[in-house]
Amino acid sequence: MEHLSAAELRDRIKAREISSFEAAKTVFARIEKYEPKIGAYISIFEETALAKAKEVDKKIASGKSVGKLAGVPVAIKDNMCTIFGTTTCASKILENFHAPYNATVVQKLLDADAVIIGKTNLDEFAMGSSTENSGLKKTVNPWDTGRVPGGSSGGSAAAVAARLCFGALGSDTGGSIRQPAGFCSVVGLKPTYGRVSRYGLVAFGSSLDQIGPLTKTVADAALFMNVISGKDLADSTSVDESIAPVADYLENLNQPVENLKIGIVPHLNAGADEQVLGAINDSINFYKSTGAEIIELEMPHLDYAIAAYYVIATAEASSNLARYDGVHYGYRTARPKDYIEVYSKSRQEAFGAEVKRRIMLGTYTLSAGYYDAYYLKALKVRNLIRGNFTKAFEKCDCVIMPVSPTTAFKIGEKMADPLQMYLADIYTIAVNLAGIPGISIPCGFDSDNMPIGLQILCPAFEEAKLLRIARMFESETNWHKVYPNIINHE
Amino acid sequence: MSDLKYKLVVGLEIHVHLCTKTKMFCGCGLEYGVTANSRICPVCLGMPGSLPVMNRQAYEFAVMMGLALNCRISRFTKWDRKNYYYPDLPKNYQISQYDLPLAEKGYIEIPLEEGRTKKIRIIRVHLEEDAGKNIHAGAYSHVDLNRAGTGLLEIVTEPDMNSPVEVRALAMELQRIVRYLGVSEADMQKGHMRFEPNVNLTINLGDKEVKTPIVEVKNLNSFRALERSVEYEIGRQLDEFAETGKVMEMGNKSTRGWDDVNQVTVLQREKEEAHDYRYLPEPDLVPVELDDQWLGDIKSGLCELPLQKQMRFVSEYGLSDYDAGVLTADRATADFFDEAVKAGGEPKRICNLLTQVGLKMANEKGCSLADLGFSAANVAELAKMAEGGDVSASAAGTILEKMTEMKENPQAIAEKLNLIQKSDAGELEAVVDEIIAANAEASQQVREGGKKSGKARGFLMGQVMQKTKGQANPKVVSEILGKKLS
Ligand SMILES: [Zn+2]
Repeated sequence: MEHLSAAELRDRIKAREISSFEAAKTVFARIEKYEPKIGAYISIFEETALAKAKEVDKKIASGKSVGKLAGVPVAIKDNMCTIFGTTTCASKILENFHAPYNATVVQKLLDADAVIIGKTNLDEFAMGSSTENSGLKKTVNPWDTGRVPGGSSGGSAAAVAARLCFGALGSDTGGSIRQPAGFCSVVGLKPTYGRVSRYGLVAFGSSLDQIGPLTKTVADAALFMNVISGKDLADSTSVDESIAPVADYLENLNQPVENLKIGIVPHLNAGADEQVLGAINDSINFYKSTGAEIIELEMPHLDYAIAAYYVIATAEASSNLARYDGVHYGYRTARPKDYIEVYSKSRQEAFGAEVKRRIMLGTYTLSAGYYDAYYLKALKVRNLIRGNFTKAFEKCDCVIMPVSPTTAFKIGEKMADPLQMYLADIYTIAVNLAGIPGISIPCGFDSDNMPIGLQILCPAFEEAKLLRIARMFESETNWHKVYPNIINHE
Repeated sequence: MSDLKYKLVVGLEIHVHLCTKTKMFCGCGLEYGVTANSRICPVCLGMPGSLPVMNRQAYEFAVMMGLALNCRISRFTKWDRKNYYYPDLPKNYQISQYDLPLAEKGYIEIPLEEGRTKKIRIIRVHLEEDAGKNIHAGAYSHVDLNRAGTGLLEIVTEPDMNSPVEVRALAMELQRIVRYLGVSEADMQKGHMRFEPNVNLTINLGDKEVKTPIVEVKNLNSFRALERSVEYEIGRQLDEFAETGKVMEMGNKSTRGWDDVNQVTVLQREKEEAHDYRYLPEPDLVPVELDDQWLGDIKSGLCELPLQKQMRFVSEYGLSDYDAGVLTADRATADFFDEAVKAGGEPKRICNLLTQVGLKMANEKGCSLADLGFSAANVAELAKMAEGGDVSASAAGTILEKMTEMKENPQAIAEKLNLIQKSDAGELEAVVDEIIAANAEASQQVREGGKKSGKARGFLMGQVMQKTKGQANPKVVSEILGKKLS
């Protein structure tokens, strides 16, 4: 049962072939068995999840209509607020924080009759690419427990890959859905900025953050998008549906995009691993074999994406994280001398090193005299990058590139050198700066049997087309059907 | 104090609380004096994951103020975060406007004595959210966030004011405007308006002029404190200059507070620390674009402004500047007066009725004229009766008073209270003849027109009034007497 997709499971639950209760029980049994090795979850809601599952089963039995994710056990990244349990952001500063409300996406999942089984681990405040920056626990890659699951949505990716849920939500500020999806061989979609409400998503870089699904299949990603997309009055930056209508992402999903034109950006591949590039080339050749035209693109400003990103994201983060001060909620230092110490010691004691690094970086770049040189310049670069994509999409339907220059690296390998960690985000970051949607789908394995992700990018609000292009590949390949052996053979 | 020749230079920063139904960026209600932390939600608490949503009414109020202050209204405005740490600021940043305020470069005309006015330039008008309140209690401090996130209008003037009276006049005129527009209750007791004057002096040393260091007086919440603090600063800065010779330089602006008990300003911060607020564009809010239609809708909510009204009452109705000022102090009174005049009453007479009787009653009852139980049309009718001699001026006042209780028209009340004057010349002539006949000596004195004629005439008038139980129209009686005794 654990290998069913969310859509398949939902159909069987609705057909009363499997009960939601059974599905949840199966998941909790697997969690009991494998979670100690994987460490995907920060919190698990067995009792409430089983109650909800029973409720959905009852609804179905009584012939009542049920939601799009009826009875499906799902997980959410622990930076989305839930009125139940804690919302920790994997930070000591929020370790015991109980949010007084549900994030819009959480409410939408509940309204769709999904069964929320737990909240997954992440890099503290979503700052990182390996989930090693979690202040609360360690998550490993289900394909090799000596390696990282990617990040920052590492817990969600690992949980889906290890079949510890049937789909999960993550958030993506600079690749945090796509990169762990690639590292763990699952599907990860970052929607267009403004497509999914951010209300209740604990902010890291507000102009970059976007919630999206991590799933086993492209169809499941479409299904989740059908549930979570749309304008939210509580999020001013969510886009009005009169401007960009929300599609039924499942409709026409299996219909290939005709006269497909694919853009590639060869100059970005300089530092990438040969085996990764090989798998990407094979994928491009697959599309070619379906009749797609391949167009080589010049996107010169993408070279500056990482620099611009780390200015903008950290500037916003320095302001967003100012509220964790020990005054109103969250961790407070034990014996402050005065109120200044409430701030300084609480923050010093409870924030991890990477969070502190980014707060300091952002504080610095916003300081008087530096603003123009850093923040303003970064905004200009951001506009140029947007321009690069706009121009590219005049020539092609989508752009294809790797998700990451390497497959999942060893735990601890990059912790000593933050810059190396930042540079590994080369393929994902520009997408957030441009605000466009991107998806990572499984496209192969390297010689160590570590998964490789294929990244496809489309113009803003063209998730429907993006999913169809991804589905063209998925429907003709089997990479997404392979699951980590380590789980079954250990 | 020295006898230097100087000129006072004052610019003013004013914060006005908007009387929107809800806060600036969330749905919490605005209420004063309620239990601490009872008007709060995840947004104004700055809870993780919460996002602000702009209150359109607050924005529209602010644009109205921009228009009333003759400002250039920005068709594109955005929000910025002003970052600083303080316990009453839950997010540790304030959502404000930095480089693109919603209105700028305007002016306000302020009334001075004898109908004179002065234009004070406005630098900018912008919106921001207020912070909460720290309450210090013994070893601990408490934070009340009911006020956090309340819409606050910031108005900054050029340093165009040159006397404490002008500073006070501007503050009061601004209060009158915000109340006319209905954008704020502007209740000083509730802290709806706060003033921060920037004060210094230009001193004339004969061969050159020097400026004293600028002092910003923080957080004044009464007109009196505002005027007094500026007055106090004149003397203090003159003394300081005489003593130290210190002149204005970059970075030597200081901040002072007002000690109301001792009526002095007190130093708070010696040097204006170069406060770095690390402004950044607020990524959680979209910029506001004001199109013609929206601007048109906002403009249609404007009304005649108080000073215009005041000047019109003088020029059109012939009122004194003082009376016009009294009547335009608040919009309801001015509108009531205007309506009564338009219903046909003589302006000066209506003005007297309203200022001498109506407003007194309204003040006693703590309500407005319109709530006293009579209409503007009633007052116009009463004024016409007085004008036509049907009732005396003092009887008109009595009738107006009675109109609040008796809820009847002035004619009916006048009749019921026997206040209608006898103006019938034939009838009164008979009475006058009778009195003349009975008082030959006095009549003769009047006829002779000597020293005693004035007193004698008054005596005869009194006799006629007594005979008619005070109901004779004195004007008519006087005319008959004049005719008979000439
Ligand atoms: Zn609120």
